[in-house]
Parts: sequence; structure tokens; C-alpha cells
Amino acid sequence: MRESMTFDVVIVGAGPAGLSAACRLMQQAQDKGEELTVCVVEKGSEVGAHILSGAIIEPRALNELFPNWKALGAPLSTEVTCDQVFLLNNGQSGSKIPNCLVPKTMHNHGNYVGSVGNLCRWLAEQAEQLGVEIFPGFAAANIIYGAEGQVSGIGTGDMGCDAQGNPKETYMPGMDLLAKYTIFSEGCRGHLGKELIAKYQLDEGKDAQHYGIGIKELWDIDASKHQPGLVLHGAGWPLKEAGASGGFFLYHAEDAQVVVGLITDLNYDNPHLSPFDEFQRMKHHPLIAQYLSGGKRVAYGARAITKGGFNALPKMSMPGALLLGCDAGTLNFSKIKGTHTAMKSGMVAAETLFAALMDAEAEGAEGGYDLESYGENFQASWVYDELYKSRNFGPLLHKYGTVLGGALNLIDQNICSLPFTVRDNNPDHSRLKLASQSAAIAYPKPDGQLSFDKPSSVFLSSTNHEENQPCHLRLRDSLIPLGDNLAKFDEPAQRYCPAGVYEIIEDGSGEKLFQINSQNCVHCKTCDIKDPAQNITWVAPEGGGGPNYPNM
Amino acid sequence: MKILVTVKRTIDANTKIRVMSDNSNVDLNNVKMALNPFCEIAVEEAVRMKEKGDASEVLVVSIGDKACQEQIRTALALGADRGIHVETEASIEPLNVAKILAKVVAEEQVSLVILGKQSIDADNNQTGQMLAALTNMPQGTFASEIQIHGDKVQVSREVDSGLQTVELAMPAVITTDLRLNEPRYASLPNIMKAKRKPLVMTTPAELGVDIKQHTQLLKVEAPAERQAGVKVASVAELIEKLKHEAKVI
Repeated sequence: MRESMTFDVVIVGAGPAGLSAACRLMQQAQDKGEELTVCVVEKGSEVGAHILSGAIIEPRALNELFPNWKALGAPLSTEVTCDQVFLLNNGQSGSKIPNCLVPKTMHNHGNYVGSVGNLCRWLAEQAEQLGVEIFPGFAAANIIYGAEGQVSGIGTGDMGCDAQGNPKETYMPGMDLLAKYTIFSEGCRGHLGKELIAKYQLDEGKDAQHYGIGIKELWDIDASKHQPGLVLHGAGWPLKEAGASGGFFLYHAEDAQVVVGLITDLNYDNPHLSPFDEFQRMKHHPLIAQYLSGGKRVAYGARAITKGGFNALPKMSMPGALLLGCDAGTLNFSKIKGTHTAMKSGMVAAETLFAALMDAEAEGAEGGYDLESYGENFQASWVYDELYKSRNFGPLLHKYGTVLGGALNLIDQNICSLPFTVRDNNPDHSRLKLASQSAAIAYPKPDGQLSFDKPSSVFLSSTNHEENQPCHLRLRDSLIPLGDNLAKFDEPAQRYCPAGVYEIIEDGSGEKLFQINSQNCVHCKTCDIKDPAQNITWVAPEGGGGPNYPNM
Repeated sequence: MKILVTVKRTIDANTKIRVMSDNSNVDLNNVKMALNPFCEIAVEEAVRMKEKGDASEVLVVSIGDKACQEQIRTALALGADRGIHVETEASIEPLNVAKILAKVVAEEQVSLVILGKQSIDADNNQTGQMLAALTNMPQGTFASEIQIHGDKVQVSREVDSGLQTVELAMPAVITTDLRLNEPRYASLPNIMKAKRKPLVMTTPAELGVDIKQHTQLLKVEAPAERQAGVKVASVAELIEKLKHEAKVI
């Protein structure tokens, strides 16, 4: 028999959305002199350990949540000073796009270069001071449903099980955390969010969700090359060589550090493409290398991004629960920013929840109710407006490519809104062409200066999982990787995984084996998204496992 | 019987160590910190003694800045009863730590002090021994098994030649080795309860300890990067290389 604890609100995931919801709930409770119990569970070993983002942070939501955030010491200190956008033609050259031709959403005046991980650490401190119980190192493993089919909480995972699932000496069963309402804010492709979307058909009538995989590194660079607040964005090479889209970023943060990354849209069709290798070779482009050369890489990480935007945004309420932030898909892809929208989605949720919980006359006060008013409140907020205006951005790029799509985006964002909605309804996993019909890609060997191999990269993510535990990457059908994926797509998991989790190896007799190095997993969720057979299901490993990102 | 356990906040063992670019120290900026693994083993052992009925109270002490209260709370969540935080911003070396602990031992009249044999950051392995000397208590270091028999405690020690068993008259000092036990996970209710367990704060000055620096950190360097290995075709080639290139045989 599992033990249980009961709260007013349980929040899954200590990211910008979940923590903003927690803070806003408690602020309202304090204002009104009410008692409220709010608990946040976080699978990372500490708050921020699993957070990876660019990031340029738009402070709009933060200004609303903590108007005095500067005095409270929020870790946003580097204002964007100079914004440059490039179209890379090839490995040597690129053209700077004049400012007047850059879609307005890509302008970053008034925004900050910062680490969302550190922002979350700070938000967690604020939340704890407001009385929120935060439990890092505890993964929400399953959803608990009530008798009427409503969400009534979550179960944390068992700790101390061996690879076969049997209890070890340190075994500690998980607990049921019950709540009137549960907020799911797991980030992109949350494994519980995915279950909820399917169970309550939250995406009915919506376009297929789209994703990207962002790979990022943090570098110490030569101080003489460092210009705090300089931000570079761009598209084109190298992804365009394989007919894929996406874009790079390079931001000068504080303390002579830059962050550099590449987002590869996961709707690419060439199974030979490797987002990791695309990123590694991209760093040799003179535009990037001019800053990195002579520097030292200090951290590495990867995370999928929900980028379907408005057209793919599911219904965010269901009986007893709300789905927030990137778990639903509130990122504004035309700005390549999701922190402010995620935070705002959390704040609106907190306001909706608090109103429901405090109004004893209303139907939702006892919990378990489908707070459809959340949808209305969300629609009335600026996030909705932002997402609506940007609804064509991704689809235009998907349909017409970087140049023509980019030009149409310029018109849509800067001149006049296109009077129609462009859609892309093909899910990313369905896009791969056969390996035999796709051009092979010869990636250059890493030079160990600017580019690196996967093992040394994963090492810098400080990823760790307790070794003797059940594998958290589950195959529905264990025969598909070798039986189907290998023949058709040369098993693309070997390449789309940025952490080297999936390998095809040969045993002594030359027999091929599909090996899952789950202890390497950086929790990016790309496998769950891109596997052409949708055969891989990512579930939460033992709490505390995964990457330990420092300033990402 | 009252047990005192010492806990230190150190860099998490799973984190990759990075040296600051000016070589002044290890970079701890926003790096995950944790309870020193040897201290965690010490806490676990003390809690087991209490569960067995050998001890009546488990007291934890940590010395450092405000942040180390997090590690005291972790120890309380694992089952310790109350905490003492000796607050100081100074980076203090083993002798200073031992002097502070000696004062706490005298004030609290404990029967047993259990420490980690060393902290994984500085790797000094000195504090337990110094504390024993300062308090004139017997010591059993590198413990892999501890048994209480009345007012005596038997300690199996991991020494180079195998296991050595010593018997100490309490009060005594014990330092833990890795194989002593496997610490439990802290459960959610216990983490919540730990927030409400008593934790008192004091300072080295209040305890009458004057912190003196005896050593100075000059610089920290990352170990040299390992050269890539080479494959040899035959035993003969290997011997040849060992003789003439590596010059080790």
C-alpha cells in the first residue's frame, strides 16, 4: 500500500511555467490571507538541473510576477545590446540581413541574455519563501485518476529498484501526491502530458504538433572577443545542405562566456541527418569560429522544443488538471522564445485556479473539475495574442523554406498580417524518406578544438543515472529497431539522439544488436518524437537522474 | 547515548569538476552541491544505531555559510534529530574544523562522534584524527563495521593489509569508509518533517574558536589530458614500445 499526501495543488516540473504558477498561487493566497498548500515535484537532482534554453529572455511576464525582480536579485543582468541576423550560404560565407528585413519578432531590444536554469533556481527560492514545498529529485511517474475519470494527482516513482524492477536494499516505494488540481508543466513532450493529450483528446481539431531539437554549448572565450549583450541568429547552412531547416544562435552572456547552439527542426526527411554533427560542423563557420577559437567549452546539453505554436496548441484544461508551458506548446517560435509565454501560462493558470478554489459556490472549488475558464482567461491574455499573430511563422518556413518562407514571414510580421492561416499537418515522425533514397552525409571528424565527439560532449552535461535500474526508454516492439528501422532508415536513433544513447553494435559472431545506453540520456525526448514507428516511449527514470546542467 | 555526526556541503560527486579560468579555485558557480558522500554514510550509521536502540539522539553539525543548512536539512530528513549550524564565510581548514567540533563535543556531552573519513572536495582526511587528539578521545578511522557493546564500541577498520578490529572506550571518534553502509533515500514526508526539526545557529566566535589560516591556496589546475591510446599489432611490438618509447621495462 503506497502512502499518500494531499495538497490543494500539485505541480509537475519546476520550470518557468510551474514555478510561476506556484509563486502566483501563493502571492494571491497571501494577499487574501488564505491558506493554500502547493507542492512542486521535479525529476532533476535540483531545480535547474534539467533546464536548457538559449536563452534570450523577454522580461514581460517576470515584470508582472515580480515587478521588483531586479531588487530581488533575479539573475538577468546582460541586456541585449546588438542584434544580428545572418543567412549562411555555405561553410565559409554568410550575409548579414539588414535590420529592416528582419521580422519584428526577431528584434531583441529590452530583452536579456541569461540562463533559464539560473532563473528557475531564483524562482524556486522565491516560491519557497512564499511557502511552496519543492521536491527536487522526485519524478512524477504516473497520473492518478479519480472515480469520475478526473485527474486527482500523481504518483512519484519508486526508488531503489534493480534493472528487472525488483526492490534493492535501498528500495523506497513512491508516494501518491493527491490534489484538488494538478498542473502539468514538464516541458516539451512531457511523458505525462502526452498521456493526458491522448486520454482527453486535447489536440482534437488541432494541427499536428511540431518540434525541434536544440543542442547547446557554453564556452569561455577570449575576453578581448567578448561583447556582452551581442546576439547572433541565423539560418541556412549547414542544415540546408540536407534539405532541413532550423537556425543557430550565439549569445554573449556575462563573464566572458558565450552560448552557442543549433536548433534542427525535427520535420527533416533525410534519415542520415545528425543534428549533433550538424551543430559540430556549424561551429567551424568563420562567423561562429571567430568567437570560439582559442576558447574552452565548459558545458553541453540538448533539449527538444515544442514549436507548433498556435495551430497545434491543445486544449489546456481537463478534469482536475491543467497543461502548461511547453508541455502544451506555448512557445512563440517566431521569437524563438518560450520562457515569457510559459511563465504567463503559469500565472494565468494560478489566477484561474485560485478563483476556482476560493469560490465555495462555484463548481470547481472541491477540485477535479474541468476549468474551461482557463481557456478563456488564456485567450484574454497577451500570450494568446502573441501566438495568434505568429501562427504562420513555422508553417511558412516548413512549406517555403528559409528564404521564401522568411520573406513571407517578414510581410506577415512587419507589414500586414497574412489574411489566412498556413498549416503543416504532417507529424515530424512521419517525414523520413528511405535511407536508400536519401543522400548520404559525410560529416567531418571533430577536431577537438571547435568540434567534439558525442562521448566527450555528454561528459560535459554531467549526466548521471543510478546504473542498476529499469531502462526508462521503452520499446513497444523490441524487433522494430533492427527489423524495420535499420533496413528502411538505417536506424535514425543512432544519429538523432544527441547523447549516444542508441547504438547498433555487433556481437562476437557478427550478429547485430540494438543497444540502449539509457544512463547517457539527457532527457531531451527526441527519440519519443522522431522515431518513425513511434516505438520508443520515454518514461521518467529514478528521480535525481539525468543531466546536471550548471548555467544552461 | 547521544551521537554527533558532522556533515559537509561539497560539490556533487556526479558533477564534472571545472577549474576557474584564472586557476584560483574550482568553479562552484551554480554547480550542484550535495552532502559529502562519506558524511552521508556517517548519518546513515548513526540513524541505524538509533533505530536499533543503541542511541537516543542523533545530532548533526555543519560548518560553513548559510547554504550548508541545506545539507543539515538533508541529514535531518535521513533521520537525524536536530542540527547545529556553525556559520562562517571563511574557508576553514581541518584544524579549525576540529577545534570547533571539540567545542561542540564539550558542550553537548556526546558519547560518539561519527565523521566521514574525508570530504570529496579537499580530500584531507585529517579532521577526525585531529578531533580525537584535541578531545583526548580514542579513534577508529576508516570504519567498515561498527558494533556497540555497552560503553565500548568495536570498529572494523579498512587497512592496507585487510581488516583490523579495534575496541574503543566511549566517548570515541569514528570516521566512516565507503563500505560501512548504503545510505537510504530521504522520503517526501521525512523531507517535509525535516523542515520543522530544530536547528540552532552559532558562530566560531561564540564557541570561542579563533580561525587561523595555516595554509594558502596558490592555484588549482586541471589534470593533464590523457593522450589517445594506440593499438599494437603484436606482443613483440608492445614490448618494444614499453622498452624504448615508454621506457618502463
